[in-house]
Formats: sequence, C-alpha cells, structure tokens
Amino acid sequence: MAFSSCITVNNVTKNFGKHNVLNDISLGIQNAEIFGLLGPSGAGKTTLVKIIAGIDTATTGNVSVLGTEMPNLEIMKRIGYMAQSDALYEELTAKENLEFFGRIYGLKRTQRRQRIAEVMDIVGLTEDLNKKVNKYSGGMKRRLSLAAALLHRPELLILDEPTVGIDPVLRKSIWQELETLREQGTTILVTTHVMDEADKCQRLAMLRDGKLIAVGTPSELKESSSSTTLEEAFLTYGGAE
Amino acid sequence: MRIQAIVIRIIQQFFRDKRTLGLMIVAPMFVLLLMSLVFNGEDYHPTVAVSNMPEPLKEQLEEQNVTIVDYTEQEAMEALKEKELDAFIKMNKEPEINLEGSDPTANKAVLMAFQEAMKSMQTNGGEQKLAIHYLYGSEDMELFDNFGPVLIGFFIFFFVFLISGVSFLKERTGGTLERLLATPLRRWEIVVGYVIGFGLFTTVQATLISWFSIQILGIMMEGSFFYVLLITFLLAMTALTLGTLLSAYANNELQMIQFIPIVVVPQVFFSGLFNMETMAEWLQSIGLVMPLTYGADALREIMIRGQGWEMIAQDVYILLAFSIGFMILNILALKKHRKL
Repeated sequence: MAFSSCITVNNVTKNFGKHNVLNDISLGIQNAEIFGLLGPSGAGKTTLVKIIAGIDTATTGNVSVLGTEMPNLEIMKRIGYMAQSDALYEELTAKENLEFFGRIYGLKRTQRRQRIAEVMDIVGLTEDLNKKVNKYSGGMKRRLSLAAALLHRPELLILDEPTVGIDPVLRKSIWQELETLREQGTTILVTTHVMDEADKCQRLAMLRDGKLIAVGTPSELKESSSSTTLEEAFLTYGGAE
Repeated sequence: MRIQAIVIRIIQQFFRDKRTLGLMIVAPMFVLLLMSLVFNGEDYHPTVAVSNMPEPLKEQLEEQNVTIVDYTEQEAMEALKEKELDAFIKMNKEPEINLEGSDPTANKAVLMAFQEAMKSMQTNGGEQKLAIHYLYGSEDMELFDNFGPVLIGFFIFFFVFLISGVSFLKERTGGTLERLLATPLRRWEIVVGYVIGFGLFTTVQATLISWFSIQILGIMMEGSFFYVLLITFLLAMTALTLGTLLSAYANNELQMIQFIPIVVVPQVFFSGLFNMETMAEWLQSIGLVMPLTYGADALREIMIRGQGWEMIAQDVYILLAFSIGFMILNILALKKHRKL
C-alpha cells in the first residue's frame, strides 16, 4: 500500500476544545482510486478532509499527501478542493469566478481560457458561463464549485458532499466524469452520506462519531457484515460498537 | 500573480455593487454638506497671555471667563504656535491682539471677551482702536473650516472601516475564505491583496471627497492638495486594515456594525473635533491610541495652517505604523483558520 499510496493518515485525533471530533483515525488511500468517506452528518467527515487538504491540522497524529507531510503549500497546488459550502463570489459571473481561481493557481491566460471551457463543459454549464452566480440555482452553484476544483488539473481531488442538490441525471454524469478522471490517474476522495453513491467508490471508509468503523470495498463491507446493502452494513458496523 | 487575482476580483465586485460604491463616495459628501450647513458656535473659555495690561482690565477679562497667564512676548508667541494659547494681548497705545486663529470659536470668544472688558473700563466713551493679527486662519474663517478637516478624515475612516470589514467578513461567513485557504495562497498574500484592491478604491474615494470639500463646500485650504490626499489615503488604509482585522471577531454584519460605537465613534470625541482642553489629562491621552487623532491633526496642519511635510511627517509615520501593525495582526489572525 505504501508503494502507491496517495494519502496516508496516521493516528489522527482532532479536538475542538474538550470536544473530540476525530478519534485515532488511520487510513491509506491509493493512487487513482475513488475513495469514499461515508457517515452521517456530524461524524467528522469534513474535519478529516480539511486536515487532509491542509486547511486544518490534527491535534495529534499526522497526514501525508503525495509523499509530503501536510500542511504544505506546494502540495496544495496539486490538490483540488471542493468545500461543503459553495464558496463562490455571488456578485461575479461564473467566468469571473473561474478566472479568479485560475489566477490563484497560476494558470496562464490561454491556459485559463481553455481550462474554463473544458471544466464548464464537464459540469454542463457552458451556456451559463457569463451569468452572475447569484442567478444560479443551488445545483448549478454546486457544479460550478466542482468546476473550480477541477480547473488546475489536480492530482488529488477532495470533494466534500459534491452532489448535494444535484438532480439524478446530472449526478450520474458527474460520477461518470469522476470515473474518467480516475482512469486518467486522478485520486479522488469524496465524502457522502448517500449510500448509492458510496457504491460507486472503489473503496470506502465508514465514519461514525469520529471513529473509523470499517474500511474496504463496497462488496467486502457488505459481505463481511452479511448484508445486502451498504446501509445495512453501516448499521451492522455501527451497532457492533 | 495571486495577489493580482485578489485585486482584480475585488475591483469586479465593487463595480457590481454600485450601492456600496456610492456609499463610500457620496454618503460622506452628503453628510459633510449637511454639517457645513448646520454648524454653530458654542461657549468657549479662552486662555490668553497679556503684557502691559492694567490690573483692572485683567480682572474684567477674568470676569469674562478668560484664563490669563503671564508670559513674556517671546514665550507667548511660541505658546501660540504650539496651540497652548488662544491669544496674546499686548497693551500699547492701542491694544494689539494676536490670535492663534485656527479655531473660529476661540477667535470669537477672545475678541468678544476683550471688547466686553474694554467697554466696562471705558469712562470717556471713546471707541478704542484694535489691532488684530491672525497667526493662522483669518477672520473669514468659519467654524466649519476648523471642523472640516477632521470630518473629512472621520468620514473616510468610518466608511472604509465598515465596508472593508463587512466584505472581509462575507468572505469568511460565505466559505470563500476557507476555499482560499485550500489554495496555495499565503496568508500575507490575502491581506496584501485586500489592501491593494481596496487601496485603489479608497484613493479614488479620498480624492473625490477632498475635492468636493475644498472646491464645492469651500473649506479653507491653505496647504498642498497632495498632502491632503496622502493623509486621507493613509487614514483609509488604517481603517481598512483595522476593519478587516476586527471582522475576524464578528460573526455577522450586525456584529460588525456593533464595532462602530466602540471603535469609530469614540475617535470623534478624542481626535480634536471637540476642544479637549477642558478634559482631564488622562482622558486627553486616550486620543493618543486613536488613528484619527493623527489624521485629523495632520489635515488641520495642512488645510488651516498651510504647513508642509515637516509638520505632518510624524503623523504620517504614525499612521503608517498603525496600518502595518494592523496588517501584521491580520496575517496572524488568519492563523486561526490555517496554520501555514
């Protein structure tokens, strides 16, 4: 695992004051896999991905990404992060938003233009490029956030609840796109609380109350808990505590 | 490149939000206009040095609530320059009154008191000639000329503080700050980007407001317009950096507005808009920690007294120190969101 590992999480614990959010989490995520973090809200998924993305730091333990301990600004250039909130400048157009993020990642003008066209096509927003974001629907904002995360061709894509508020048709096409990116070698870490999405991941980690309760492929998790759906598996693991 | 990205974005946002842009520029002009219309004088007890004055006249003056101090002529003229005295009265054949001149209220109070005192002394009823000299200002000076420079500084400070604070706050509550911190942007690049982006607008704002006050409202202007711009710009920078810094301690726009009575309003009272000589010494020293004190002082030196660099240099350095200090604190405050 260490050989082709993209993310290594070692004994990470995170406390906010006295409140314990993550409890001794260890994980390895390999290159070019879609890895899902599954768990109910409040389980600590967002905190964990923030620590991996280098925004937050662990109270104890450490995380390395692409062979370097986080946080590290050089590595952050190679990560694409899509936050749970849309984090867009509402009064600007989609294009202006993407131009902004493109500049921050140091994309040259022609590169920016080309990449903006590409990512807007991926998320199906080409028509709305020059529309102001405050005219966007919730689902469109979500897709634009994803586009912003894809802009600089990151090697690691961290997506925090990427498909909330996106209709099933588009959700399917986004997952297809993620699969294509994975085939091209991108590692994707995605958090979700939707079980049928979790099924599309190569491997999964189940998180509850800040503890890692199970790791494996969707079918492994179902088998070892002798359940037919991930939902059942989750309940079994959770109840077994 | 990355700083440039922030600067461009801020400019685009400004042009989208025309109301805020208007608030920054038109609102201060509007309030200044109102103030220039309504200002009136108040009771003021002047401090005066005298020479060769007969005792009875002194007593009469003291009855008019004038504080009389004993100085030699040389000391008195020095004290006038330092603004420790309001006037120096020399009794020769005809009385000669040297006024400090920059505060119309004080001028008027001295002249009124003196004329009253003379009147009660006069037995032969003959009108006495008076020689009046102004060290600064002139008899045409109105109260607003004295308040004007402080008000220009204050309104620029107030609006820049509020708008920059709220926009930085929105960045945090809207999640875009977290998003920025997930990029390779350094903390100082965010702060510098904000300073430059807003700096461009505050330059325009300061220019327009100063121009309006001087050309349209006709505030007294003895010194260089460039220095006025320099000081208003520095005040705006201080307000900007303080606003973004304090926004870290507000959770929403309303809480940002709550800083106004705590941070902005007290500066009005201690920056010299109101005469502070009647205040306790320790109260007066509160003004020393307030940026507006220095901005207002420098603006008065330039606009009323026509002074140049020498007199404002200290204020410029202090304002610069405030801005840089707040910027550093800002960069440190962002550490709360990302260690790196």
